[in-house]
Amino acid sequence: MSTRLAKGGAYLNRQKQVRFSFNGKQFTGYEGDTLASALLANDQVMMGRSFKYHRPRGVVASGAEEPNALVNLGQGGKFEPNQRATTTEVFDGLACTSQNHWPSLEFDIGVVNNYAARFLPAGFYYKTFMAPRAAWKHVFEPIVRQSAGLGKVPRDRDADRYEHFYAFYDVVVIGGGSAGLQAALAAGSAGAKVLAMEQTAHLGGRARIDGGEIDGMPVEAWVAGAAEKLAAMPNVTLRRRMMGAGVYDHGYVLGYERVTDHAPETAGPRHRLWRIRAKQIVTATGAIERPLSFAGNDVPGVMLAGAVRDYVTGWGVSPGDRTVVVTNNDDAYRTAIALKGAGLDVPVILDARGAGGGALAEEARALGIRIENGKGIAKVRGGKRVTGVAICTQAGEGSVLEEIACDAVAMSGGWSPVVHLWSHCGGKLIWDEAQAHFRPDPARAPTSHDGKPFVIPAGSANGPLDLAGVIADAHAAGLAAARAVGCAPLDCPLPEVAPQPEAALEPVWLMPQGAGPKLRMKAWLDYQNDVKVSDVRLAAQEGYESVEHTKRYTTLGMATDQGKLSNINGLATLAGQLNAPIPAVGTTTFRPPYTPISFGAIAGEARDAVFQPLRRTPIHDWHEAQGAFFEPVGHWRRPYCFPREGESHAAAVKREILQTRNSVGLLDASTLGKIIVKGPDAGRFMDMLYTNMMSTLKPGKCRYGLMCSENGFLIDDGVVARIDEETFLCHTTTGGAERIHGWMEDWLQCEWWDWNVYTANVTEQFAQIAIVGPNARKVLQKLGGMDVGKEALAFMEWKDGRLGEFDARAYRISFSGELSYEIAVPASQGRAFWDALLTAGEEYGIAPYGTEALHVMRAEKGFIMIGDETDGTVIPQDLGLNWAISKKKEDFLGKRAQERRHMSDPDRWKLVGLDTLDGSVIPDGAYAIAAGENANGQRNTQGRVTSTYYSPTLDRGIAMGLVHRGPERMGEVIEFNKVDGGTVMARIVDPVFFDKDGEKQNV
Amino acid sequence: MSEAVSALQGAVSEGFARVKETGLRGMITLRCDLASGALAKALKAVLGAKVPGQRRIVDGAGGRVAWMSPDELLILCAHDRAQAMVGELAAALGREHALVVNVSDARAVFAVSGTGAREVLAKLAPVDLSDEAFQPGEIRRTRLAQVPAAFWINQDGRFEIVCFRSVAQYVFDILKVSAEPGGEIGVLT
Repeated sequence: MSTRLAKGGAYLNRQKQVRFSFNGKQFTGYEGDTLASALLANDQVMMGRSFKYHRPRGVVASGAEEPNALVNLGQGGKFEPNQRATTTEVFDGLACTSQNHWPSLEFDIGVVNNYAARFLPAGFYYKTFMAPRAAWKHVFEPIVRQSAGLGKVPRDRDADRYEHFYAFYDVVVIGGGSAGLQAALAAGSAGAKVLAMEQTAHLGGRARIDGGEIDGMPVEAWVAGAAEKLAAMPNVTLRRRMMGAGVYDHGYVLGYERVTDHAPETAGPRHRLWRIRAKQIVTATGAIERPLSFAGNDVPGVMLAGAVRDYVTGWGVSPGDRTVVVTNNDDAYRTAIALKGAGLDVPVILDARGAGGGALAEEARALGIRIENGKGIAKVRGGKRVTGVAICTQAGEGSVLEEIACDAVAMSGGWSPVVHLWSHCGGKLIWDEAQAHFRPDPARAPTSHDGKPFVIPAGSANGPLDLAGVIADAHAAGLAAARAVGCAPLDCPLPEVAPQPEAALEPVWLMPQGAGPKLRMKAWLDYQNDVKVSDVRLAAQEGYESVEHTKRYTTLGMATDQGKLSNINGLATLAGQLNAPIPAVGTTTFRPPYTPISFGAIAGEARDAVFQPLRRTPIHDWHEAQGAFFEPVGHWRRPYCFPREGESHAAAVKREILQTRNSVGLLDASTLGKIIVKGPDAGRFMDMLYTNMMSTLKPGKCRYGLMCSENGFLIDDGVVARIDEETFLCHTTTGGAERIHGWMEDWLQCEWWDWNVYTANVTEQFAQIAIVGPNARKVLQKLGGMDVGKEALAFMEWKDGRLGEFDARAYRISFSGELSYEIAVPASQGRAFWDALLTAGEEYGIAPYGTEALHVMRAEKGFIMIGDETDGTVIPQDLGLNWAISKKKEDFLGKRAQERRHMSDPDRWKLVGLDTLDGSVIPDGAYAIAAGENANGQRNTQGRVTSTYYSPTLDRGIAMGLVHRGPERMGEVIEFNKVDGGTVMARIVDPVFFDKDGEKQNV
Repeated sequence: MSEAVSALQGAVSEGFARVKETGLRGMITLRCDLASGALAKALKAVLGAKVPGQRRIVDGAGGRVAWMSPDELLILCAHDRAQAMVGELAAALGREHALVVNVSDARAVFAVSGTGAREVLAKLAPVDLSDEAFQPGEIRRTRLAQVPAAFWINQDGRFEIVCFRSVAQYVFDILKVSAEPGGEIGVLT
């Protein structure tokens, strides 16, 4: 039975009781409890089942390293799987369920895997699911999917909000234990701007539990004093519930702050991701205790010795009346002493070391605890919880000397520094023989842009495990960090700590050392992924000598805990089997984040309405109010069509086209790019950018132009207006505005830096509206103002003036083949101008048209569209645009590339019109098929469709496409594939389907 | 003349800091060799202002001048002055190679005020917004979440933010959510 002790619990507020539920059962705990401590206090020792064998599992640790106690937490929009009970603070109303079992935690069918364990060794999946091939899809995968996974997938939209925060500090201290506090004190008193963070709700770390004296006062009091001192320093920020998730290049640190996890009903973001720039990072991340590998070390009730101490001292929880302690070091004796102090029984301390322990052992012995040196556990008795242990000699093979009944086992295999954050950015490790652990190698620290180290490990994260050593090391680290950021440390004294000598640890990688296959098969290394000593040995036997390969083959350390408990034991086991020294085997790579962080924190504020910026024209709201159907164009949403009540999109497009062709239509063209190019060298620059001659354009005139990349491919097109001798205005495609502006600046800044040209992107300065159709002029004339008559403003001219009460620039240009004007007015008056046009055009039935009508009308005229007729592999010559390629110019971007053999090859696919024999619309993306098959057994092709529409003007399907030697094959009928598997015959025709002579636009 | 309207027509949101679209502002992009004497003279004549140094914003009788890049300034003035000022500046610059263009309507302007204003911006912009690092007289061209923006802080602690007009709603929305009560961090004041 585990239960709540009557007294004690440094972290608890016994005044405040909280209610929570586990698998529907109602429990109570106290404020300050973690879910794990509260469950233990309610005798809920078994908290979940393992991943592969579905073995009953209880909590083994008390912090971030916990592999077993994962729960489905919360409900509905607050549901989240795989939450660690040890790092989840309990709150009133918390509801959680255990994971990975069916139908219930107590009775689980998947546990048959456990009995079949001998048939599920390392690499089982790789070996089994090789053949027959078809079986994977139909037999194996459905079964594996059913049995795989830990928590459930959330079904509802996340109800919480998240945010980022950019922060800048001289020194960032990660860890709020005694080491972190001392490092922060040292750096802070030197004047550095310091951020210190602690992942739990409590400061002081292990030292608060383990006791001792700093500066003549109990650790508890020293921690409180240190926190007060730090709070009083204006240059120091101390945050709790904030984990150092990762360390990246150049002192970039991610801090993961769990703002309201412990109080979900409070306002504010649930998590905040601090994106920190630090000049120096102090990793005071502590150490993690290693389990011992003995048979049954995963039975609920077997815990790390330090964790048992945490539960007893920190949370006032008894793990059971009788706890057997098993260890290879002195530290675990503190657990026995703490248990005794709480009035609980310790039947025996099994010390694997033949010579036993030091002063702490003497203290335990003086308390009357039986100590057995050179002994270990042969096996743990019990299934769903510990009932006893069988004792053996550590030196032997596991013959049982004695059975001892107990409720819990506290094990300690020594402590490993948390080197994760040191290692994230390249810090290297050295093997410490005396402590049997890897610790940071001071000679090989992560280095920044200047080649200097920017991470300093402190306290037990750097190796020292005794309080005096920890404080001294952290003090030095804090001062070093302050010096590295240019602060001169003043008189910050090193606190005095009485040394507590301990006897040396003796590495124990298997208990007993000679354990046979039967025991090894029940000695767990990785609890979450069910990897045992036998699995790692098998991997080594099968030739997986690299630790990285063994990891992947056995899945050791690949679970959500990333092997925090299993890594060192696993690689020591591998080293033993390979008969190699441990440092020669090395570690796997430590990668951020330290523990999993929420996707919400990574996404920050970017969700729902602000998931992505939506660009709106000045007329966007009107479109929305009309119920326009939008399509994305870049980050803009442009109306595709304006369906009326009960009208299909196709019908709306047809109506819009006929209205425009027969009378007048309006298009919001504000999204088109508008870039000003100005300077004495502007003409020369324009001639390089465009394939045609732009420098000869007269002020007041417009010219259509093409832009190519230096590889010759068509990248953008648009109408250029010459404003004055030194100034051009370049229209680009909607999606091309920013890209082309950047392209211009690239050439000006990097290649032609001595040319006198400036550019400015003025796209959004103007609302630009196209008034299109035979009645377009009449609508403008009704507004009054400047003369827009045939002579006053001829085709391909522009002029400034007044239209009604608006300052306007009128361009007489056409993308539809109709009489057409594009009018630019200041964006702030765009909506008013649009409204004025609607009123003026009322008598002509004026109506807006969308991008689809625009597309159809331009296709009827055989005008190309960037992105339809081009795809990055098409040159202007492919599109029959030779007329827009200057032969006079010595050079332009793309010229040289277009002269290469492949580009001038007559066998290229070239643009033609396509006229289906049956009048149908060829499917988008259809290929023209040719005789025979290619090397891959696919049908040969001789062309493809680039634009295809139903033309309301002509009442039949029209299309353009790129066809092999197309223009030479006019009148020929070729065959296009269809989505339904059939084909459609189409005649090769001129791409201009409508008004070939341009009479309509020239009126 | 038709009444000119800003993108959000003065929208306001009250959180732990106050977010307001401030309405139309005159803005002129001026590209020129910033070391040229002609520029200094033109700015003095038209605005009574000096050429700002890198990342600085300076005041003149006729408006403010902000450094945008090694060859670009942003001039802020009353909205109805901008078009005329473009002409005045161009005339004052004479034959100096320069580009002067009215961009007033291509922009939206927001003010963020209140004790939490620095934290609101620090949630969105990768900029050191601590008191010691960011002071009146400085302008930062940066990003707010996913869009480009520039901002400065006035003597009264009020930030002014300039972004593109098309993303005004997005910028308003991200400022609003960042200023939502409960999101105070308490490290930047």
